[in-house]
Amino acid sequence: MDMTETKSALSSVSADDARDRGGKAQPMLIARGLQKHFPITGGILNRTVARIRAVDGVSFTVMKGETLGVVGESGCGKSTLARLLMHLIPPDSGELIFDGEAVAAKDGLEVRDMRRLMQMVFQDSYSSLNPRMPVEDSIAYGQIVHGASNEAAKQAARALMEKVGLDPNLFGPRYPHELSGGQKQRINIARALVLEPRVVILDEAVSALDKSVEAQVLNLLRYLKDVFNLTYVFISHDLNVVQYVSDRVLVMYLGEVVEIGPVDKIYANPKHPYTAALLASRLSMNPDDRVNEPPLIGDPPNPINPPSGCRFRTRCEFAEKICEIETPALPQDVGPMGHACACHMFVAKSGHSKSIMHAAEDVTPSSPAESPS
Amino acid sequence: MTTETKTPLVSVRDLNVKFVSREATVNAVNDVSLTVQHGEVLCIIGESGSGKSVSMRALMRLLPERRAVISGKLAVDGQDVLALKGKELAAFRGGEAAMIFQEPMTALDPVYTVGHQIAETVRRHTGCSFEEGLARALELLELVKVPSAKRRLNAFPHELSGGLRQRAMIALALSCRPKLLLADEPTTALDATVQIQVLILMRKLQQELGMGMIFVTHDLGVAAEIADRVAVMYAGRIVETGTVQEVLTDPKHPYTKGMLSSTVHGNMRGQDIEAIPGSPPDLRALPTGCSFGPRCAFADSHCLEQLPPEVMLGNDRLARCFKVDAAPAAADAGSVPA
Repeated sequence: MDMTETKSALSSVSADDARDRGGKAQPMLIARGLQKHFPITGGILNRTVARIRAVDGVSFTVMKGETLGVVGESGCGKSTLARLLMHLIPPDSGELIFDGEAVAAKDGLEVRDMRRLMQMVFQDSYSSLNPRMPVEDSIAYGQIVHGASNEAAKQAARALMEKVGLDPNLFGPRYPHELSGGQKQRINIARALVLEPRVVILDEAVSALDKSVEAQVLNLLRYLKDVFNLTYVFISHDLNVVQYVSDRVLVMYLGEVVEIGPVDKIYANPKHPYTAALLASRLSMNPDDRVNEPPLIGDPPNPINPPSGCRFRTRCEFAEKICEIETPALPQDVGPMGHACACHMFVAKSGHSKSIMHAAEDVTPSSPAESPS
Repeated sequence: MTTETKTPLVSVRDLNVKFVSREATVNAVNDVSLTVQHGEVLCIIGESGSGKSVSMRALMRLLPERRAVISGKLAVDGQDVLALKGKELAAFRGGEAAMIFQEPMTALDPVYTVGHQIAETVRRHTGCSFEEGLARALELLELVKVPSAKRRLNAFPHELSGGLRQRAMIALALSCRPKLLLADEPTTALDATVQIQVLILMRKLQQELGMGMIFVTHDLGVAAEIADRVAVMYAGRIVETGTVQEVLTDPKHPYTKGMLSSTVHGNMRGQDIEAIPGSPPDLRALPTGCSFGPRCAFADSHCLEQLPPEVMLGNDRLARCFKVDAAPAAADAGSVPA
């Protein structure tokens, strides 16, 4: 198995991948109720005094061949989510289903095999490479760990370097400090692809790059996605980049999903007040089109003691009594391509004064005549 | 602009900064000339390594004296900055000109409260008592819209969120009513919703206090939000200047054009971004000709051999390019078949 796989490092992967198990309609990834709380210990006995609710009951699906964008501010748990998906940190609870197989469960997919199929690219391109290893060895390392011969792994590494636009003869023997930021990130992408994964998690992979280099790497990612038939989970705080790369977008706030849906719907018609504020905070490139009033006031609260009820209520202009008492749930019945948002305003009879209006709009967006149902 | 147009607030002439070590000489800033009028906001746009931060630090004399060779003329409000020594320099920094940095956590002292740091600065520059300094600190925290300012006066930097820390940093910089505020990517490390708050705050404060400001950023959106005038830097040189409208809506230099076309918008979905190929030159060995030449789509052999002159395109509008006149025509011709 290893031999055939190492040979195919250069060949593209067609849409009907032989490794596919569940068929086209089976989502590539299903996350159900993923949760990770980090304990804060203190006192004489070093007991847990508080918990950081980094990821708190996150559920979503990633379809085959799509790019799911994950946006949110710092501390909202998007990087923790990426690490949970890779099982770099074990989740407290919740399950992960990779193409129909439960990960790290009895009779399921082993973590080791899952990591072969799912790879990750990190933000800091320098610290994620071994400084004492020539970059071609860094790329080849993954295959050697998974049982390929040194020779075959090196060959695959050099072939991939060409695919990511670096000449293996020129750059292969170099060490990470001899490369620029963009080149290092290309190496990291090559290293993620050497095991021929089906899913690549990109955790702020282009955020540290200069704009002109960022554009090059985004073009590269688009090309590689086509060639290797990849599925991306693209985590970023840059809303423009997420809009450019994503098919669907997931918006996180303080460890929870507040809105998920197709990119065009979210960007044209955001439902959750937080998504709307986040989109309004984007800077225009036109100096005559300046923002004069900030869409939101204050910083995101600390995830150690998140507000009760809706976590966004402390910064939300529509917050009412109900938002304090009850946590709005993210509707799970919208289907994989639906547009869902966790806000009382979009639930009929939730107790929020605006709920009926919005809910009615939501049910029949095009024909207001049918709205009384 | 005010009536004092004759002596500009900042006048930089032929600034050169070289970092000399045994291995190599890094030409970080090459022949940079800038003027900033009173009450004006100049944005310096450039990628990492373009020399924008080094120019700022040269203006504050923050560069290590033994390593950095600075030449040229630097004047702030008629005062020669390079001639300042000892106490004069200490009075200049924080008094005449103040600086805000990208990372407030490393710029603030972690072992003193925010109030203490501001009060100490005020006392040092005005000679008032510490209590008066604390009163001024409270006033300043309210000015930068820190909620419950009285409580935050006794907070240590680590107890504040990123946005509040940057506000405290701004309060500290404004404590002695500087005429010139230098801001080195102050919003880059902040979240989108906080960044816009800080930008709006800085613009309001700059207008209310009538300060001149030099704002360094790599983000064209930030420049569009805050700048009056813009200078684009590449490989230690200014390649284009003009008002923010001129530069962002009608760029003349191929590098500025490339920056604008490679900035990602959502409406480019499904198509490749027009990225600038290659990467910026090594500052230890700059090309003899135009430093952007090797990456430029319009470059010919002439560009690679000779340094292009500064072409004046109007009042305070210049581009350092041989092809200033040819480039727009070529760009138009290129866009027709697309």
